[in-house]
Formats: sequence, C-alpha cells, structure tokens
Amino acid sequence: MTTLNGTRERRISKRDRSLGSRRLFASLGAALTLACAILAAASLLAILGYVVVQGIGAINWSFLTQLPAPVGVTGGGVGNGLLGMAIIIGIATAMAVPVGLLTGIYLALFGRGAIPEALRFLSDVLSGVPSIAIGLFAYAILVAPLKHFSGISASFAFMMLMLPLLVRTSEQAIRSVPQTVREGALALGMSNFRATMQIVIPTAMPAIITALLLAIARVTGETAPLLFTAFGSQFWETNPNNPMAVLALQVFNYAISPYPNWQAQAWGGALLLIVAVFILSLGARLMLRRAMRGLEA
Amino acid sequence: MSVAPATGELLAANDLSAYYGELKAVGNVSIAFRRKAVTALIGPSGCGKTTLLRCFNRLHELSFDAFVEGSALLDGEDIYASGVDPMAIRRRIGMVFQRPNPFPTLSILDNTMAYRAHGLNRAQRLERAEHALRAAALWDEVKDKLKSSPLRLSGGQQQRLCIARAVAAQPEVLLMDEPTASLDPIATAVIEELMASLAERFTIVAVTHNMQQAARVSDVSAFMLADESGTGRLIEVDDTAKLFTKPADSRTEDYITGRFG
Repeated sequence: MTTLNGTRERRISKRDRSLGSRRLFASLGAALTLACAILAAASLLAILGYVVVQGIGAINWSFLTQLPAPVGVTGGGVGNGLLGMAIIIGIATAMAVPVGLLTGIYLALFGRGAIPEALRFLSDVLSGVPSIAIGLFAYAILVAPLKHFSGISASFAFMMLMLPLLVRTSEQAIRSVPQTVREGALALGMSNFRATMQIVIPTAMPAIITALLLAIARVTGETAPLLFTAFGSQFWETNPNNPMAVLALQVFNYAISPYPNWQAQAWGGALLLIVAVFILSLGARLMLRRAMRGLEA
Repeated sequence: MSVAPATGELLAANDLSAYYGELKAVGNVSIAFRRKAVTALIGPSGCGKTTLLRCFNRLHELSFDAFVEGSALLDGEDIYASGVDPMAIRRRIGMVFQRPNPFPTLSILDNTMAYRAHGLNRAQRLERAEHALRAAALWDEVKDKLKSSPLRLSGGQQQRLCIARAVAAQPEVLLMDEPTASLDPIATAVIEELMASLAERFTIVAVTHNMQQAARVSDVSAFMLADESGTGRLIEVDDTAKLFTKPADSRTEDYITGRFG
C-alpha cells in the first residue's frame, strides 16, 4: 500500500512539474506574440500619428479646393490633384470592373483546363509586377506614340494594377457562393445564365464590392506610374487626354522641394491620402461583414 | 439494351446507371415510383441514393465528368432523350436539398416565387406565394415578414421555405434529398408531417439515412446497397410495411436490423 501510494504521489508531482513548465511556456508564448502585436500596431500608429501631427496644420478648406500656389506665394491647395485623382481612378475603375468581373465569372464557372489556368497564372504575375514597370508600359504604348502625357494613360496603368486583384477576388467571391445555392436555382428550372446573374452574383456581390474597394485603395496611393503618365498640371484639368494633376504626384513633388511651405503641404496631402485609404478599407471591411452574413446559409 | 414495358407511373427509371468519370456510382436501376405516394430511398452511406435522386431532375450531369446511361421516364418520356430541355424537366420535378439553401439576397416572398412566374400581377403573385407557404406550413410564421431576409429564419423554417419554393413552381414530382439531415428533432417532425400532406398532391421521392423516418413517412421503400466495386445497386422495393417486416432479400434484413450501415 505504502509503495503504491508513494509511486502515485511521485507520478502526480512529476505531472505537476511538467504542467508547471508547460504553463510557463504558454505564458511566455502569449507574452511574445502580444509584444509583437503591440510592436506592429505601435509602428502603424506612429506613422499615422506622425502624418497627422505634420499634416493636420496644412489642411483647411482652401487646401482642399484651391489650385497650387506658385513658389513664394503662401496658401494654395491640392484641389486639382483631388479632382484629377477622382477622374483618373474613376476611368480606371470603369475600365477594370467589366473586364475584371467578367474574367472572374469566367474563371469561377468555366475554371478548368489550360486557358483558365494560364489566365490565373498571368493574373498572379501581373499582380507582382512593380507599379513603375506598369507605368513604363503605359508610357510606351499610350504616351510615347501620342507624344504627350495624359490622364488616360495613368488610368490605363491603374487599370492594369487593379485587374489582377479584381479577377482573382471576384473569382473567389463567386466560388465561395455555396454550390447548393446555385443548384437550388437550377433545380427550379432556371437557366444557367439566369441562375448566375440573378442568384449567384448577387450573393457574391458584397465580397466583390469589398475587392473593388481594396483595389481602389491599392491604386489611390500609387505614385510611381503617374510620374510618366499623368505627369501633373497646375490647372483645373478635366480633359483626361491632357496631363493631369494627381494628389499623390503633388505629394511627391512637394516633398522633394526645398520650400518649407510646400513640404508642409506634402504632409497635408499625405494625410489626405491616408484618410482616403482608411475610408476605403473601412468600407471594404463593412462590406465583407455583410458578405459573410450572406454566405452563412 | 432491353426496354421494359411502359409502367404507367409518373416517374420511373429504366436500367439507369450514373457515372462520375470512371466510377459507376449507380448501376442498372429499374424502378417505378407510385403516384402521389412517398417513396423512401434507404441504404448506407455511399450507396448512390442521392446520385440516383439527382438523375431524375438532371442535376447529376452538373458534376464534373458525370454522365448517365439508360433512361429515366417522366410520364413515359425519356428525360435523357436528345432534345429534351433539362430546364423543362426541372420545372416539372422539384427538389429539396439536404441543407436549407434559400437564396440569401432575395426576400422570403421572392424566394418563394423565385421560379419564373410569368404574367402574374402583384395580388396574384402574393396569392400564389401564400398558397405555397401554407402548403409548406410556414405561412403563419412568416406572413408578417415576407419582405425580410430568409437568413433570419431558423433552419427548420428555412427548409420549409425551400419546400414552399419548390411547391410554388407547381411541379408534379418532389425529390427530397435527406430533407431533415441538418434539423433538430422538432423541426424534423414538422417536415415529416408536411411530407405526408404533400403526398396528397405530389409524387415524392425522398432519400433518408434514417430508417425510423422511412418507416414513419413513406408508403414505399427502396433499399440500395453498394457492391464491391462501389456501384450502388437497387436491392429491393416494396411497401414500407412489408419491407421493414418481411424483407425478401437477406441484405435488406441485415441492414434494417442494424447488422451493418
């Protein structure tokens, strides 16, 4: 009896020790991951905070609505850059959405075989091409032959940046619609086309809009492709066939200038860009939440 | 291939085999389903019950590499004959799936009337929907929220909505693929009661894993079993009362007495 009790006590105390060390490791692990998370969040907050502190002073109504002031004149704004950004991204979206969405539908519905696989591969490659290379490509086929910079060439470059995102995410969104929903539509005697258009795509729509917002956010901060496409302008340029002002480009030009008031405006512009991306990302998250709700069934 | 004489039944299979590529999932099934009765397809998992069911509304062919040999007859006409439009077949043969699959973006009303309803004005549309929802024993629970999302309904309510959706299209046959598989016992009891009342209007073929359910709801039972090569075979068809008490085949007896499956 005593020996039996003795061994049991020994075994329990041994288990206690290993339990203790496991608890120690678990809390160490938790502390480590928490520290990393705080580091990541802190660096993000530091960037945000720094840009806000530096940029908030430059932002006022005239900054948002006026043309840039010449060197030496105080005041002035980035109104034309905001307008140009809206026009260029608008045209890019109008071009990218039909092509991207239809390609995504094609891949989701007829996604087997060599051609769809090749499309997916090309799309992945395209998404990895540096944006400056895409800007050069736009320069080569739209700027150089026409012998002038233009907003439309910038839209073309942005479209190329948005396309792979839209193609792959809309394919994923449509694929994530449960097969039973599609079959339910077909089982009612709907045509394949009608089932896709009226049931499957509407179900996938919140996820597709999420992807679109993220794609827009992605190009909102792009500067490199604009250098030799949109080029920049001092005027209220609304004709996309001419060189256009774009906010990101103005931030770049002001930031590398030697004038303190321009540098202050660069911070203001940077803050505007971050706010725009923040709003787009927030919108994307909200849409995604809706999408998840819709797909629970 | 021998052609069996016309059965006079609404729905039948004649030497029907279903394949997924190389795999023959259902082999040489011949069966005629009794009109306005519930026929239960029973058998262990992987015996081809669901595949057989999906042959009757031509959903089977949607799977990759899937095809069918032999024939399935609706009112004596082969639904696999060339020139037959699967959409026309699916309007005459409705289906209820294993998991409730309401269309997430449509309201309860629009779900019910999701089939192509030509030339109905709003009042007629509502009347038709009410009729279908009443037939599915759901009307009282949803009549005040016809415009709201079906996703707010419980699982059992969603499944009854799917039944209403199938009923609204006014089919002749209802295929039910384990319609209570994802439901709790109370919701299951509601659906089972519903099946009995629907059998007054429709010819029902229901797949079920649950032998008590087959015994409770069906008039006729068909027992299927996969052979060594994984091909589902029809072993025996008989009145449910007889099949469960005096099965003709020893394999049926083994299954219903719980010796396997």
